[in-house]
Amino acid sequence: MNPTMVAIQAGIRRGGIELRQTFTNFQDLWNYIFLPALFLAVMYFLRGKTVPGTDFSLSAMTIPSVFGMQIVFAGLFMVATMLFMEREDGTLLRAKATPHGMLGYLVGKIVQISGMSLVSVVTVLVPGALLFGGLKLGSPGAWFTLIWVLLLGLVATMPIGAVVGSLFSNPSSLGFVFVPMMGLIAISGIFYPITAFPVWLQWVGQVFPVYWTGLGMRSAFLPDSLASVEIGGSWRHLETVGVLGIWAVVGLVLAPVVLRRMARRESGSTVDARREKAMQRAGW
Amino acid sequence: MTVNLAVEAVDLVKKFGDTVAVDGVSFVVPEGSVLGLLGPNGAGKTTTIEILEGFRMRSAGEVGVLGVDPAKGDEAWRARIGVVLQSWRDHGKWRVMELLDNLGRYYSPYGTPERERPYDADELVKMVGLEEHAGKKISTLSGGQRRRLDVAIGIVGRPELLFLDEPTAGFDPHARREFHDLVHRLSDLEDTTILLTTHDLDEAEKLADRILILAGGSIIADGSADALSRRMATNAEVKWTRDGQRFVHAPADATRFVREELFGQYGDAISDLEVRRASLEDAYMSLVQQFESGQRGSAAREFEVVVR
Repeated sequence: MNPTMVAIQAGIRRGGIELRQTFTNFQDLWNYIFLPALFLAVMYFLRGKTVPGTDFSLSAMTIPSVFGMQIVFAGLFMVATMLFMEREDGTLLRAKATPHGMLGYLVGKIVQISGMSLVSVVTVLVPGALLFGGLKLGSPGAWFTLIWVLLLGLVATMPIGAVVGSLFSNPSSLGFVFVPMMGLIAISGIFYPITAFPVWLQWVGQVFPVYWTGLGMRSAFLPDSLASVEIGGSWRHLETVGVLGIWAVVGLVLAPVVLRRMARRESGSTVDARREKAMQRAGW
Repeated sequence: MTVNLAVEAVDLVKKFGDTVAVDGVSFVVPEGSVLGLLGPNGAGKTTTIEILEGFRMRSAGEVGVLGVDPAKGDEAWRARIGVVLQSWRDHGKWRVMELLDNLGRYYSPYGTPERERPYDADELVKMVGLEEHAGKKISTLSGGQRRRLDVAIGIVGRPELLFLDEPTAGFDPHARREFHDLVHRLSDLEDTTILLTTHDLDEAEKLADRILILAGGSIIADGSADALSRRMATNAEVKWTRDGQRFVHAPADATRFVREELFGQYGDAISDLEVRRASLEDAYMSLVQQFESGQRGSAAREFEVVVR
C-alpha cells in the first residue's frame, strides 16, 4: 500500500488510541464532566427565565449554544494547548523522525479532537434535554445540521489553533489566548441573544467563529420561531457557511506554512532546552 | 572491494550567530561499522549528529547520509534511518506495545524481501528487555526502561543507519552492559551502521570500531581505540631517584630511555623507578578538565600534541 495511505490509517488509529486515553485519565475525565456540570447547574438555576420576547426557556436555548462554544474551544484552545505541549515533550519530533509521521500526527489530532468535541457535546446534550425539554431531538434534520456545523466549525478553528500552538513558546502565553476567548464567548450570543448587545459589539461577535457555530447549533435544535431573536430574524445558514468557510480557508493556508516552519526548528537540543526551562519553572 | 559509505561529511560547519559549534569536521562511516563520537559537553557532537539526522541545517560543507543530502532527505530516506535522541518524554499516556505497534506501521510500505519492516513489536520488546513492561503506561517506566524504549522506537523500522545520542545516560551498570550487547547484535546480525555519541570513553572503546574525538567543534583525534592508545604510548612518563633526588621525564621511547640513558649511564645509582604509560583515558580526562575550566583552544591544541 502506498506510504501516504498507511500514514493516514496509522494516524486514524493513533487518534482512536488517544481518544480512548481521555476516558481513562482523571484530568481528561474531569474536563469532560466539570464544565458541562457547571453549565447545567447554572442553567438549572435560571430555568424560570425565558428568551426575551418569547416564552421559550433561556436554559433550553443555551444548550445548543454551548455546543457551538465547545466546538470552538476544542478546535482552538485544545488544539493550541496540545500542540504546544507535544512540541515541548518531543512528540512532534518523534513524528518528524518517522516517515510521513507528521501526516499521521495531524490526522490523529483531527480524529482525537473531533471525538473529544462529540463527547463533550453529548455530555451536555443528554442531561440538558432531560432537564429542560423543548429541543427538536426527534428531527433527522437537526442531527444533520449538528454534524455539518460540528465539522465545519472544527475545520474553521483547528488550523487556527494549530497556528497559535506553533507560535507560542511559553505556556503562560496561552493565557493570552484563553482570556480574550472567554470575552469573545460572552459577546457571541452563547448565553444571551446577541441582539441584546449594542450593534457595534454584534459586529465584533460576527467576525469570529464562535457566534456562527452557536447560531448553527441553535438552528439545529431550536424551533424555527426562535430565529426571530437572531440578527435578521433568520438562522442565516448561508452566512454561517460563508464566515466559517473564510476562517477555514485562512487557517488551511496559514497552518501548513507555520507548522512546517515550526517543525523545521524542532530538534533534540531544542526539546532538551525547553525541558530544562520547564524544570526551572517548576522549581526543580 | 569497494566500501560503501553510510555517512560522508566534508568540512562540515555549523554556526549559531557568532558561535561556531562545528568547525570544519570531515569523516566517513563505512556501511556496517560503528563510529563513536566522543567529546565533552559542548564539543559539537549533538549538533553534528543533528545535521546528519536532517534536523538541523548546516552552515557549510557537504554531507551525504545513505547517499542523500539530509537537508533534502524525503520520507523514503527517513524510513531507512533510526534516531535515538538524548531525552524524550513523549507519549507518556501510551502503553509500550501500543506505541511500538503504531509507530511501526509507518514503516511497513518500505519493507523489502531482504529487510522486512517493521520489527514485530513483541520481538522488539524482548530485544530491549522490556517484555515485562510491555503493557505498562510509558509514564510509569523508570529512566533506564524509558531509554530502552527510546532505543526500541529508534530501531522499529529496522534502520540501515542508526543514530544514538548519549544512549546510556542514566543507565545502571547492568543496563549499560545489556545495551552494549544490543548494539553489538544490531551491528553484527542486522547489518546496521551505527553512529553514537558519548562522553564515556569506556563506552566508546567497547562499542565503536572507530572513535572520533571532538573538542571545540573540531576533530582532534581519529582512529580505533587501539590505535589511539598506541599513539599515546609514545608519551609514557618515567620517574626515578638518583642521589636522593627525584627526576621526571617523558621520553619518546620510554623503553630505550630506561635501558640506555638511565641504566646504561648510572646503573645501580638509579632507584624507585616508575614507568607509567599515559592511558587514553588520562589524556582524555585532562582534556575534559581543561576544557571545562575554560581553556578551550589551548586544551584542544595540547591534546593534539599528545595524541600525534
